[in-house]
Amino acid sequence: MIAIIDYDAGNLKSVEKALLSLNQEVLVTRDKDAILQADKVILPGVGSFGDAMNNLDKFDLIDPIKKCVDNKTPFLGICLGLQLLFESSDESVGVEGLNILPGKILRIPPKEDFKIPHMGWNSLNVKEDAKLFKGLTKNPYVYFVHSYYLQAANEDIVAATTEYTTTIHASVEAGNVFACQFHPEKSSSVGLKILENFANL
Amino acid sequence: MFTKRIIPCLDCKDGRVVKGTNFVDLVDAGDPVLVASMYDKSGADELVFLDITASSDGRNTTVDLVRKVAEKVFIPFTVGGGIRTVEDFKVLLREGADKISINSAAIMNPNLISEAAYKFGSQCVVVAIDAKRCDDGHWSIYKNGGRVDMGMDAVEWAMKAEKLGAGEILLTSMDCDGTKAGYDCELTKAISSNVSIPVIASGGAGKMEDFKDAFTKGGADAALAASLFHFKELEIKNLKEYLAKENIPMRL
Repeated sequence: MIAIIDYDAGNLKSVEKALLSLNQEVLVTRDKDAILQADKVILPGVGSFGDAMNNLDKFDLIDPIKKCVDNKTPFLGICLGLQLLFESSDESVGVEGLNILPGKILRIPPKEDFKIPHMGWNSLNVKEDAKLFKGLTKNPYVYFVHSYYLQAANEDIVAATTEYTTTIHASVEAGNVFACQFHPEKSSSVGLKILENFANL
Repeated sequence: MFTKRIIPCLDCKDGRVVKGTNFVDLVDAGDPVLVASMYDKSGADELVFLDITASSDGRNTTVDLVRKVAEKVFIPFTVGGGIRTVEDFKVLLREGADKISINSAAIMNPNLISEAAYKFGSQCVVVAIDAKRCDDGHWSIYKNGGRVDMGMDAVEWAMKAEKLGAGEILLTSMDCDGTKAGYDCELTKAISSNVSIPVIASGGAGKMEDFKDAFTKGGADAALAASLFHFKELEIKNLKEYLAKENIPMRL
């Protein structure tokens, strides 16, 4: 069973529906025990970094998330769910992230002819043997919507990057912890393959 | 490579796709899920569902349509037509729509743009603009499906919409719509060069070159068409291959 953590974030339903279409057993929940007992856990997210951390705190979800990671439960952060795994964000200065992985979330730098948010389809440069991207080409297209981006402190955990006004760390893999800045649940067959790969870990 | 987008637009009434679809190979060309899946497979980057249901009690069928599409189709989609309140936004987003397009309601109540942007984020607030050229060479905006001239400058309105928090402009040229003579690239350029949010060009596409012009001459970020795709006068796959050859970045 895959638990999708419910902390009033926006894209819960889409992630749930995508997994259901892959015939996965899914539970959308904020119940600590259910999250701790799940085979896999997904942290989705749309919204602001500060609000999301507030909600995780309000629903007492920070501890269970950290426990899942420590217990080696396969864990997937999506979009804001990726950003929350890191230390801090330019979006909400002074708010501490989950601090599970080292790195910071920065504002996407402006550049002529590029619009912010980075919204639309962009191709990835996937690192060899990246587990989430098994069976896909080296440069698959995925759908992004974001104004802030990850700069991981340790490039070894970066599983895929994309080029916009700067190089964006688009996906990470660190042991049992996976995350995508883009939306696999909105990335057509490529995205479904990524979710399927996670479900089959 | 960050790509330009190709977007088919589907008119819907009472939860069914209507008007101008001619999919002989679909079992039910009015079934939004079948039509949307077909477009996903053919390479559409996004979809727009335009609700033309006349009565407000018909709205529930749109919510139902959104729910069904979201269960089976995993590309971004926008819903527009008759959306008036933040509560309307909430219901449709909750069922899986990614973006909501507003037109007349935004003109009558510009605060709706900022309220929705504050509540749900700019990325899901699309302001649709129906524009028509006036005698002085400017473009005026129309509401109620192009029936009422608001006497307001389209460029200024687009800039105001951006300021209020719109995340995207869906720009339809009333002069070109239905003509198949090409997008209004002048209008598109006038808007796209004055806002820093993405602009979707709409109205007038008739051939592959028109799409290229919308991107190169009009500075559009996406191009929308309806009957051209529905009647298979153009296959999206062929169109995208052509555009890629013409150096327009495309997801193939």
